[in-house]
Amino acid sequence: MSDSNPILDVQDISIRFGGVAALTDVSFSVKRNEIFSLIGPNGAGKTSLLNCISGRYKPQQGKVVFKGEPLLLRSINDRAHIGIGRTFQNLAIFSHMTVIDNILVGLHHKLKNNFLTGMAYWVGGAQKEEAEARLKVEDIIDFLEIQHVRNEPAGSLSYGLRKRVELARAIAIDPELMLLDEPMAGMNLEEKEDMARYVIELNEQYGITVVMIEHDMGVVVDISDRVAVLDFGKKIAEGLPEEVMQDERVKTAYLGVDDDDGMEEVA
Amino acid sequence: MGHVPNPRPAGDFRTSYIGDNALFKTRFEGKAALGIVLALVIAAPFLSNYVLSQLIVISIYSIAALGLNILVGVTGQISLGHGAFFGFGAFASAWIVNSFGIPALIAIPLAGLLTTAVGMIFGVPAARIKGLYLAIATLASQFILEDFFARAEWFSGGVYGALAERPTFFGFIFDTDLSYFYLVLFWVVASIVAVTNLLRSRDGRALVAVRDHYLSAEIMGVNLTKYRILSFGISSFFAGLAGALFAHYLEFVSVEGFTILLSIQFLAMIIIGGLGSVYGTILGAIFVLLLPQVMEGAATSAAGLFPALETGKAYIKEMSVGAAIILFLIFEPEGLIHRWRVIRASWKLFPFAR
Repeated sequence: MSDSNPILDVQDISIRFGGVAALTDVSFSVKRNEIFSLIGPNGAGKTSLLNCISGRYKPQQGKVVFKGEPLLLRSINDRAHIGIGRTFQNLAIFSHMTVIDNILVGLHHKLKNNFLTGMAYWVGGAQKEEAEARLKVEDIIDFLEIQHVRNEPAGSLSYGLRKRVELARAIAIDPELMLLDEPMAGMNLEEKEDMARYVIELNEQYGITVVMIEHDMGVVVDISDRVAVLDFGKKIAEGLPEEVMQDERVKTAYLGVDDDDGMEEVA
Repeated sequence: MGHVPNPRPAGDFRTSYIGDNALFKTRFEGKAALGIVLALVIAAPFLSNYVLSQLIVISIYSIAALGLNILVGVTGQISLGHGAFFGFGAFASAWIVNSFGIPALIAIPLAGLLTTAVGMIFGVPAARIKGLYLAIATLASQFILEDFFARAEWFSGGVYGALAERPTFFGFIFDTDLSYFYLVLFWVVASIVAVTNLLRSRDGRALVAVRDHYLSAEIMGVNLTKYRILSFGISSFFAGLAGALFAHYLEFVSVEGFTILLSIQFLAMIIIGGLGSVYGTILGAIFVLLLPQVMEGAATSAAGLFPALETGKAYIKEMSVGAAIILFLIFEPEGLIHRWRVIRASWKLFPFAR
């Protein structure tokens, strides 16, 4: 491809769990300011791929380059510092914390105070920093329209709102690259439309590059700049959404062929 | 955890983020806390020695339980060695005073710092293991430290124990229960404020995040290993501080006092009081320390009516704490503080609350 400045470059990633090849030589690159979707049937390895990028899995071979630097040797908690945020497929919010506190955890790597100045609170600057952090949090709360639940424990919210809190927390990291794992799963039409709007605004207003796994093809076609399709751990197509949808291999992967055996769940 | 609403009363407005994040959620709570502390300060000279000694012991145990609550309630780890850390603080303070001639007032927080270091060493396994396995690993710290107390004569005086003199301050000796109570009250208030502040700032949130969902905490940039071990460190600091205060109160430290039973007693306090709650810890300490005495009193009066109970008085006293833990786990697993929150909410929301 002709991109001169890919923000994320995944090169020949392979990972096996025992005898199952979850990913085999998967390569793609994501340009700055793009919405890039990963699609594929269940167990195709989409989440495994995201886990490789976010550090949960260590691929047995291949490279991931983020902003020109190798990513795989960095620790997971380092990724927030260098500008990678992510949400999870299954809700991963801090259910006993309030919405505000959940989002404040996203600011963790930007805050300077430690446990000692935190305990001293009034003298070490923690109070001032907390108030400034809160201002940022309120901006995100306004953006995602969750003002009415800001003081509720996140675990007591509805599913759609929890997904939104999770997104809010990831935005608080202030990432350059956002990995979204099925942001619209389990939502009704209205919630999906809201979420799609947030993803587009994230991309356009905040300038965040988005890599998204999503099963709703309507959403994928509508908001993605480019799409890659995985099937059984291999990339079978990549390109503009409309082109990919017409691809014969993609149709086969989704609809299946007669002698299709063993669709094993891997991710 | 069930969420209990705690709306601010009408008229109690917060117009800044600093105000919204204040130490007390409502103005009434702030006044009430100040009132309780002032009442204790003013009433202390008029209290009997028995009541004062109870208050001192409750305060000291509260500090240690507060530390354990940071580890268990806030960070979601477990320690069966908290009693040994408490003991380490006691011996360390006596050792610092006796060997280096450092004034006891300074030795007490220093002992806390030494215990922090020891706690962090024993907390290292927490970086790798969780749950029951961590419980067994910390059980090892309990036995290792107990054995250390008995053998390291240079440090603890071995089986003979160590003397720990009462602290002095420019010639003033904290030799009465009254003066010592003020000293302990200072430390308990300071500990409560410090822990409350911790919980509303960056690192405290990180600890809770590690408890609630460590995978996503890590994605948010929280270094899991650092915070798990830090949690052991902070928790041990309060254990050591409390142990040192205990040592200088009794003026003598002996090996027998810091067995696993003490560790379990601390766990009982935070379970009964409320995991993760600062004020729940205090309630739990009060409950666990007073319940056996109340039960003994009740058994004594019952024995007047039923002489057959006379021989069983000791059993009733001992069993009551165990029974309380079981009953709390079944009927109020979120502790006394949750019960209080429910009562508070029903007052505030009256007549719309159950």
